[in-house]
Amino acid sequence: MAFLQAAATRATSFTGKKGRLPYLLLAPGLFWLFAFFVLPILNLAATSTQTPVVGGDTGQFVQTFRLANYIDAFNASREQFARSFIYATLATLLALAISYPLAYAIAFRSGKFKNFLLVLVVAPFFVSFLLRTVAWKQILGESGFVVPTLRALHIIGPQTTLTASALAVVTGMTYNFLPFMTLPLYASLERIDPRTLEASNDLYANGVTTFRKVTLPLSMPGVVAGTLLTFIPAAGDYVNAAILGNPNTTMLGNVIDSRFFRIVDYPTAAALSFMLMAAILILVTVYIRKSGTDELV
Amino acid sequence: MADASTSSHGDLKLTRITKSFGDFTAVDDMTLTIPQGSFFALLGPSGCGKTTTLRMIAGLEEPTAGSIHIGDTDITTKKPYQRPVNTVFQNYALFPHLSIFENVAFGLRRRGVKDVKEQVEKVLKLVELPHFADRKPTQLSGGQQQRIALARAIVNRPALLLLDEPLGALDLKLRRQMQIELKWIQTEVGLTFVHVTHDQEEAMTMADTIAVMNEGRIEQMGSPAELYESPCTAFVANFLGQSNLIRGKIESSDGESSVVQVNGQKISLLKSRNRSSTSSVLIGIRPEKIRIGLPEGLTSGNTLTGGIVSDVSFVGVSTQYVVEMPWKQDLMVFEQNDGGTPTLRAGDPVTLSWNEPFTFGLDGSEDVNAGAEMDGEA
Repeated sequence: MAFLQAAATRATSFTGKKGRLPYLLLAPGLFWLFAFFVLPILNLAATSTQTPVVGGDTGQFVQTFRLANYIDAFNASREQFARSFIYATLATLLALAISYPLAYAIAFRSGKFKNFLLVLVVAPFFVSFLLRTVAWKQILGESGFVVPTLRALHIIGPQTTLTASALAVVTGMTYNFLPFMTLPLYASLERIDPRTLEASNDLYANGVTTFRKVTLPLSMPGVVAGTLLTFIPAAGDYVNAAILGNPNTTMLGNVIDSRFFRIVDYPTAAALSFMLMAAILILVTVYIRKSGTDELV
Repeated sequence: MADASTSSHGDLKLTRITKSFGDFTAVDDMTLTIPQGSFFALLGPSGCGKTTTLRMIAGLEEPTAGSIHIGDTDITTKKPYQRPVNTVFQNYALFPHLSIFENVAFGLRRRGVKDVKEQVEKVLKLVELPHFADRKPTQLSGGQQQRIALARAIVNRPALLLLDEPLGALDLKLRRQMQIELKWIQTEVGLTFVHVTHDQEEAMTMADTIAVMNEGRIEQMGSPAELYESPCTAFVANFLGQSNLIRGKIESSDGESSVVQVNGQKISLLKSRNRSSTSSVLIGIRPEKIRIGLPEGLTSGNTLTGGIVSDVSFVGVSTQYVVEMPWKQDLMVFEQNDGGTPTLRAGDPVTLSWNEPFTFGLDGSEDVNAGAEMDGEA
């Protein structure tokens, strides 16, 4: 009897442990999120409503819960706000236009070179983001091959330059985020059963109709994922505008950067960060709802 | 059919079709006519070229040589979407992003047919899934998806419906049921069905004509009964059901039959059932045609003596015996469980006998095991 009882207690203690086990396994991750995401966010939120200490030094702020900080910050940087979203949208659309044919070719037409081409898509990541962006300064500069070629073809005038322009910023962003567009597109295109394309062909749809009615709808999860992965970092980017742009092409990221590190205006920088985050979150939510691809993912 | 004129209806004619992939010849100089309205099966082991043949008819592969006609229309170089041919794909290939209704309506919409809703509803009723129009393919079971794939093809009333191993993914019970339903639907809609399968039972259940394919060629073509009762090659004899093939030599002939010497015993073979042009011959006999009994019991018809039962398996409707003959060859015998035969055990000496007309003769140069053990692969 004693043995049976011991066995029974052991059984219950096992099930008790089983109930706690998932939480124990989650604990490190939750701790990480709390320490390095939740706390900093709360700290940022607190900073965003502070005001300078009267008569204090630069960088001394006191909590006054001044929500008008947000309105002031927005009014001061409307232009950059708009630019961030316009540039990010342009870069996303350009990246989509370049990536779709590329991903399509890799998924359906590359044969044994498939893996090699995928490595090529990812290869730029082996070089630092900054270096890659600086490289574009060279490519679009006077000594690069692009400007002389375009001048020789009379596409641009002899005085026109390409660096330090909106074009350069958008080009840089398109280039830098291209793999984020290509890889999800490839993944969703590659998953399409080629027999569904044959079935479409068999059911009186020619190549174009098959693409429009079957391939494109089936690749929508990749389009949505790719555009999000490109748009979100692009909207918050400041490196491309800093290196490839001019004072008239600054984006919100540049403003946040200078408010934090040069002007040392923490509250405004924090308020702008929050607004950027909120704007992206709202846009993304609307976008996902509208595209209605959740059941395909 | 809105776009297919009457001339595109008619018999399907493949003329000297060849398809090579590099060094490999998948289909080798094949000529074949499939009459309008028939249920035709291309039967063969995997890699025999039957699917390639189907894909060429559908337009998904282009033949290396030869031509394909439907009636008087040459469709050899036509694109798949230009042919009055529809396919039920292996694993169905339904469009996962479209509802069942839109899946079925796909072909009609591409052709600009007017009464789409009416036609789709009618065909969904035919496949007995009228209330599934709003669902997505993933919400359906394998058997239901199979019917939708069929509905999606037949709603277009093609001159020719191609079925590529359509029942391969279903379990045995459902497969039997679908075999009967497919046959019924074919009779109902009156279309020409060309059915590709490696399952000889499936082919025999449904088709009125079967072409047995092997290594890119048609071995034999005919009705299921013809192929089964009078196979003309060892491959057909073994692939379609089971056969006992025994080497022999024609000793003498008179009138309608020949006497064949088989390892010292004499067997009579009707001349009309002998396919061998030389005296070397393979004697064929189906296992269920053979009676098995104790040595003193059986004397009528063709008899083979000296067998020893080496294995007995009871499979319900019949008992299957493996009998080892004196020349070390195992023969199969299926005995109906009708209570007429005494139970034999392994080790019992037996005599085998059968009615003379059941014997068939094949070319003696053939491999006795050609086509055996090839059934059942995907």
